[in-house]
Amino acid sequence: MEEYELFSRDTQAFIYGGQLRAAQRMLDFDYVCRKERPSVVGIITPERGGWEKFFWGTSEIRILRYRSIPEAVKAHPSADVMINFASERSSFETTKEALMIDNIRTVVMIAEGVPEKRTRELRAIATEGGKWIIGPSTVGGIKAGAFKIGNSGGTIDNIKASKLYRPGSVGFVSVSGGLSNEGFNILARNTDGIYEGYAIGGDAYPGSTLLEHLLRYEKNPKIKMVVSLGELGGTAELEIAEAVSNGKITKPLVMWVTGTCAKMLPQGVQFGHAGAKADSDRETAQYKNQALRDAGVIVPESFDDYDEKIRETFDDLKSKGIIEPVDEFTPPHIPMDYAQAKAEGLVRKSTNFVTTICDETGDIHDYCGVSIDKVIKENYGIGGVLGLIWFKKKLPRYACDFLEMVIQIVADHGPAVSGAHNTIVTARAGKGLIESIISGMVTIGPRFGGAVNGAAEHFRWGLAQGYAPREFVVAMKAKNTNIQGIGHRIHTVEFPDLRVDIMVDFAKKNFAKTPILDFALAVQAVTTQKKNNLILNVDGCIGVLCVDLLNSLGYPDDEIGKMIDMGFFNALFIIGRTMGFMGHYFDQKRLESRLYRHPWDDILYDVPDEPEEVE
Amino acid sequence: MARKGIREYDAKRLLANGLPRISEGRFEMNLDRVLITPDTDLSTLDEEHSWLNKTPLVVKPDQLFGKRGKNKLLILDATLEEAIAWVNERMNLETTIVQTTGTTTGVLTHFLVEPFISHESEYYVAIVQKENGDVIYFSTQGGVDIEAVWDSVITIEVPTTSSIDNIDIESALSDVPERSLVAGFIKVLYRVFDQYYFTYLELNPFSFADGKIVILDTVAKLDDTASFECSELWGKIMFPKAFGAVKSPEEGYVAQLDERTGASLKLTILNPDGIVWNLVAGGGASVIYADTVVDLGYSKELANYGEYSGNPSMELTYEYTKTVLKLMTRQKDQQGRPKYLLIGGGIANFTDVAKTFTGIIRAIEDYQDKLKEIGVKIYVRRGGPNYKEGLENMKNLGRRIGIPIEVHGPETHMTRIVSLALKGGE
Repeated sequence: MEEYELFSRDTQAFIYGGQLRAAQRMLDFDYVCRKERPSVVGIITPERGGWEKFFWGTSEIRILRYRSIPEAVKAHPSADVMINFASERSSFETTKEALMIDNIRTVVMIAEGVPEKRTRELRAIATEGGKWIIGPSTVGGIKAGAFKIGNSGGTIDNIKASKLYRPGSVGFVSVSGGLSNEGFNILARNTDGIYEGYAIGGDAYPGSTLLEHLLRYEKNPKIKMVVSLGELGGTAELEIAEAVSNGKITKPLVMWVTGTCAKMLPQGVQFGHAGAKADSDRETAQYKNQALRDAGVIVPESFDDYDEKIRETFDDLKSKGIIEPVDEFTPPHIPMDYAQAKAEGLVRKSTNFVTTICDETGDIHDYCGVSIDKVIKENYGIGGVLGLIWFKKKLPRYACDFLEMVIQIVADHGPAVSGAHNTIVTARAGKGLIESIISGMVTIGPRFGGAVNGAAEHFRWGLAQGYAPREFVVAMKAKNTNIQGIGHRIHTVEFPDLRVDIMVDFAKKNFAKTPILDFALAVQAVTTQKKNNLILNVDGCIGVLCVDLLNSLGYPDDEIGKMIDMGFFNALFIIGRTMGFMGHYFDQKRLESRLYRHPWDDILYDVPDEPEEVE
Repeated sequence: MARKGIREYDAKRLLANGLPRISEGRFEMNLDRVLITPDTDLSTLDEEHSWLNKTPLVVKPDQLFGKRGKNKLLILDATLEEAIAWVNERMNLETTIVQTTGTTTGVLTHFLVEPFISHESEYYVAIVQKENGDVIYFSTQGGVDIEAVWDSVITIEVPTTSSIDNIDIESALSDVPERSLVAGFIKVLYRVFDQYYFTYLELNPFSFADGKIVILDTVAKLDDTASFECSELWGKIMFPKAFGAVKSPEEGYVAQLDERTGASLKLTILNPDGIVWNLVAGGGASVIYADTVVDLGYSKELANYGEYSGNPSMELTYEYTKTVLKLMTRQKDQQGRPKYLLIGGGIANFTDVAKTFTGIIRAIEDYQDKLKEIGVKIYVRRGGPNYKEGLENMKNLGRRIGIPIEVHGPETHMTRIVSLALKGGE
């Protein structure tokens, strides 16, 4: 590569910052240029290593991420470009670091708002090391058919329309990045297209100037004419006029300086760019356009005949035989991204997941169509929320109250039960919250806490079979099955469980009907005749009332069956008891309890002298 | 955008903090200083600032303009009572000032009050950030229009690649009476300039009295992009608008919209009776459209300068367009000519043109009756993602509501719609 070239078809570049879309766009450009290798060889992101997948045409490739510039440079010693997407806060440091590394020859600074003093310093470093900075505050630019900086050139459609996939004969350089696509378009329509084109960015002290690029173009024999677009503010264009007068620029140059309207604007109106402000007459667009004209630059009367001046100049060169014919080819097709195709209604795809209970894709998340702010404002409470995300219904107040009552009643049952015990032992083994409560939760099932679901199942079955209470007891006995939810260690008929009383009262007062409860109480009358502690216990009461609640809410019987099958009622126990497990966990941690070891004297060691041998 | 003027009050606040800190106490500055705004209660001012009663005062407007003495906007050696009366007479007063660049009319709202300190020598110093380094200008003939005595100015360059430590300032000041004191001060001042990200700092005049540095007038600009490095050094700082830049309610509304978003929305009304109205996407393109109107000889008809860019939401584009249409349809042209709305722009990189046009289309629909009544012709030119759909929607809008809308894509030169509208394409 000649020293007046910044990029070639073989250029390898790093992207600094997680701009994956920009990387993909560069790869798409490489692909339509029919390049053999992608131009992006690494992505530098201090926060993450690993790799990223990208499309290369229709197939996929991996590009590695690096945590530092030296690491990336070491892995890819032939890469000499860094496209720096770092924010204005860190653009200076990272650009400086890259410029200090021998391998890196060109850094593109995309960030807008880098302090002027900082860029000035970088410029001095670059000049000293014979390196190039494009930017800051720029989209970058393109070397047609060879290399595209980041997001320059816009969509693939535009790249094709402006023939950026193959080189033409025109060198273009502008201040404004926003107008670079327009520049490429004008040149594609009025000449054979750009050879290369960059936007230097609108800062007062850009890392490289219009003149520096024009002088590069001057040396490049493949560039036959040069086109530039300047801006009011600063005196860079006057230096170009001087370079033309001194014969340093000899190729035909068509140039326009924008900002001729500035005299119409009140003082203090700042155009988009930091540098776009005339502090003296010499910095106005009018003065600079005239100076360029006087120096022999082809300057239109206004931007409106910029295109015509470009066309005339190109046609003149062509008629003189200076323009070489372009190798035209049809660029390969780049498949449209799925997201865009979908947005345009061109494709559809069947989903793999379905949800019917909540939606987090909108502005505010919702539970079954009720936004969370509304849940709070309208006092849904825990019961109401369970109604929305478990039942998918807005439950009546009494149902919400009942669910909350159950959760409160089952919240804890002391440290001795299997779940709390396991939680405590795990907590004392030094494990965290999640492991500790999980070890408790896994004991919940048919023997611990499972009576809720079991009782619901048994009494519902008994009633459905049309058994009288005594027949039901006999039938269960015949099956050799204990009736779930019957029996208590302490409470008896004479010494009732107040928790059960409260729930029964509440149901009687509020539920539309309580057929299962009535049946269970009738069964209790039978069982307590046998033994006075065979009463309907808390778990049983919750189980039968859950069925009655669903009955009252109008659930059909087969649906209630399905809900029992999927453990719906145990869920109430789990949600309540987890609060207790957490309490035990925090308690043990606060106490700084040490590792638990079960005492020997509490274990019967009944081990055979030797194992039974098998053949 | 980078270089922004700050009030003299703030400039002196930064100097009073920076000079002693960096010189380790060698150069102290008087801390007595107060900024009067329309909200200041003048009757209780001396409660917080007791020095006001103990020293003669100097008062002047602090609104980013100079030549206050020449404009008779300066009172010297005043008592507090006189100072308050002087401020009361001028607060919120519309005033025309003469500057080297011409005259400007604006409203006086901010006044700086300081102790009046008599002094002997009057020096001039300015530090200016330039492309390849900073330049220090010094003269022993401060206190006057420095341009008039420019021959007396000593220029000291501090190139980007060297440090102030390596610059021999003292030798440069060979004929200055307090040579070593002044040279020492300039070094410290330069360090403050550098550390605080000043881009321009002028003290004219300054002097030394009672072992303290006395700065009479100061003009300063900061690089506001350095705020992420300087928020602590700067403290709470304001970047006021230039004197006379009074916003109309519509311009104020657009400025409000602009602040609400990461996108950019700008509007400046140049001539509310103009017949050419711009609604242009992109900072660069908006300048060129305004340029072209001027360059084609219609500068008197250019109604506004403005732009929308950075992918504003549909809602913002709608509000922005409505604001422009409201201004545009206030009254018919006096000479009965049609008015022109130029919906222009270059080729967008990744902004969805069809999407941004939906906001514009909605606003035009809202204003269709007024637009017809006033006689508005609309010209559109735009390229970029989904531009074909956007242009098609514009075309259909014209047909639907019966307003002439001429539509062009990238095949038409960007500013051609200006000449098509104003000159019928000649």
